[in-house]
Amino acid sequence: MAVRAQFENSNEIGVFSRLTNSYCLVAIGGSENFYSVFESELNDIIPVIHTSIGGTRIVGRLTAGNKNGLLVPNTTTDQELQHLRNSLPDKVQIQRVEERLSALGNVIACNDYVALVHPDIDRETEEIIADVLGVEVFRQTIADNVLVGSFCAISNQGGIVHPRTTIQDQDELSSLLQVPLVAGTVNRGSDVIGAGLVVNDWCAFAGLDTTSTELSVVESIFKLQEAQPTAIVNEMRDALVDTYS
Amino acid sequence: MEYIPQTQQQLILCCQCGTAIAPNPANMCVNCIRGVVDITEGIPKHVTIHFCRNCERYLQPPNYWVNAELESRELLALCLKRLKGLNKVRLVDAGFIWTEPHSRRVKVKLTIQKEVFTSTILQQIFEVEYVVSYQQCDECTRVAAQNTWKAMVQVRQKVEHKRTFFYLEQLILKHNAHKDTTNIKEVKDGIDFYYTNRAHAIKMMEFLAAVVPTRSKSSEQLVSTDIHSGSSSYKFSYSLEIVPVCKDDLVCIPNKLAKSLGNISPLLICLRVSNTLQLMDVNTLNVADIQTTAYWRTPFNSLASAKELTEYYVLDVEPVGPTRGRYVLADVEVARSTDFGKNDTTFITRTHLGALLKAGDTAMGYDISRSNFNDDNFDAMDRAALPDVILVKKSYPVHRKKNKTRQWKLRQLAKEEEEMAPRKQDVARLENDYEMFLRDLEEDPELRSNINIFKDTNAVAKAKKSQYAMAVEDEMQDQDEDGEEEEEDFPEISLEEMMDEMTLQDDETFAEEDTDDVMY
Repeated sequence: MAVRAQFENSNEIGVFSRLTNSYCLVAIGGSENFYSVFESELNDIIPVIHTSIGGTRIVGRLTAGNKNGLLVPNTTTDQELQHLRNSLPDKVQIQRVEERLSALGNVIACNDYVALVHPDIDRETEEIIADVLGVEVFRQTIADNVLVGSFCAISNQGGIVHPRTTIQDQDELSSLLQVPLVAGTVNRGSDVIGAGLVVNDWCAFAGLDTTSTELSVVESIFKLQEAQPTAIVNEMRDALVDTYS
Repeated sequence: MEYIPQTQQQLILCCQCGTAIAPNPANMCVNCIRGVVDITEGIPKHVTIHFCRNCERYLQPPNYWVNAELESRELLALCLKRLKGLNKVRLVDAGFIWTEPHSRRVKVKLTIQKEVFTSTILQQIFEVEYVVSYQQCDECTRVAAQNTWKAMVQVRQKVEHKRTFFYLEQLILKHNAHKDTTNIKEVKDGIDFYYTNRAHAIKMMEFLAAVVPTRSKSSEQLVSTDIHSGSSSYKFSYSLEIVPVCKDDLVCIPNKLAKSLGNISPLLICLRVSNTLQLMDVNTLNVADIQTTAYWRTPFNSLASAKELTEYYVLDVEPVGPTRGRYVLADVEVARSTDFGKNDTTFITRTHLGALLKAGDTAMGYDISRSNFNDDNFDAMDRAALPDVILVKKSYPVHRKKNKTRQWKLRQLAKEEEEMAPRKQDVARLENDYEMFLRDLEEDPELRSNINIFKDTNAVAKAKKSQYAMAVEDEMQDQDEDGEEEEEDFPEISLEEMMDEMTLQDDETFAEEDTDDVMY
């Protein structure tokens, strides 16, 4: 299910939230409206956590994570780290990263298996990403933009990339990620996909300006129509049955 | 073999309608962008333009009226200027859509471009309808209300001839002082200049005061007044009187004035009229300059003017000694031309023309002995001490008889004549005055240095053609020549002094010349 949301009159909800298959972070806003949208949609399946990172509300841009782990920048206070640790499910690792490019959400785009990162990221950080998130790490650009986290949104089902990404680049990225990709837009023609859209395997949240056309692209590429939290299990079972039969 | 990557155009869906399009900065298809933003917003689609029916001009705000044909460039420029929001967009094309002339509608098709999002330029074609509404222009309103001028300069000189005005006309033409006039009217004893602006009239007055000695009087007439705003509209009349003394006039100045001018003799001739009067005593070569203000303090009239000049035959010239510039004091013996062959009356008089005259010449002068002047100043003088003749200038009767056509001409002001047709004798007198003025110009290089003289190309060509014929004729005539020889020192106007008249050539003639050059 794809839902439209707005954070305090801003359509860039990807800036203020981080959604994975096992948890969701939202910024602490003036009202609970934004939080309520996530809460009602995620329906107690995964925890929705109110937090700030380094005292700021741009939690989506400062953090990177998937169902295995969460990376936070070095500006994160101990108190925040403790709060996150307490709120996150036990199996989710949390790690503070000493990285010059501290807006981790902008420089890392990941699903549960693969991460695309900024070409200039530290080798140590790359290793931490691989260890904590349990992913393969690829240094990549999207449509010649180094901020891969800003210009794409990916899940285990599919991904949307910057509208100017060439077919060749899409094919290359798609073969790295092993998911179908499409060039698209959110928020009525905005090419900053990562800022306008947060997505996991069964639901997506887009900015309030997103048109129905854009939303239908999102739903189809992320396979959200029939998606349920349990659908993955069924699908995996089908695959297993396929493999072992 | 080099690998040439096959680039395939990737397509995205338009965020509004979902059609596949190449990505653009707005990520929207053109139709959707058009639907979302209207770049013609802020540009009025219906505009009123004002048209004066009498003079067929269009109003260009705030208060210019321009002549423009339908579907002309001028009208298009005017129409585009009336569109307010046009400076915020880029105008690519504009043209008229034909409309029925009686419909009083003008339609203009515009093509504009505007940047709608960052580096997204949208182009749109639309039309604007102009309604032509009637409005009388200021000038036509004034004509209709018979209130055509705001200020008038009346120039008057109370003398019998018009030579001063002919000279003034040439001065005005040379300095282009008439450019702001709305009308120039010739009236008895002078000219009227009409202006729509008071400042222009004052400028004209100042110009005239700088070239001729004048006295001015201004008066105003209340046309209308608005008691609410406290403003009122006036008509201004400036009356300019020119000193009634002309060049070559004989004057008798008041004794008091003569005393103040270095005890000069009161009987003088006028040498020159600029913004001062220059008077000379022919007996002593003393010169007196009389300023305008001084003149009007003790005004005097001329005793006799050029009309009363009589012709004398010079019998003998004997220089006395004193000179002043080109004037040489001399004793001359003259006889009236009319007396020649009848009696032997001769006069011995003193003159300033000693350098010019020689025995056998003719000269013009005032015959004091036979004149009866009606002037108080003159009456006060001792009749016995007066000379019989006062010579004023040399004359060239033979040259005048032979050479009728002039190789030069003058321009003329476009003047409105008096309503009544002039009488026949008036026309003759006017022509005579003009001829006198032209002769003055020929004989006085200083006078013509102030004005523009133009070459009369027709006359020059004719003169050249007839030169050969003349030469032949002369040989034949030599035998029966009546002994009259042409004056050698006639002050001819040289060709260098003449200006070529500027005539605007058509572009066609230029084009022809160009092609000629190529052919050569």
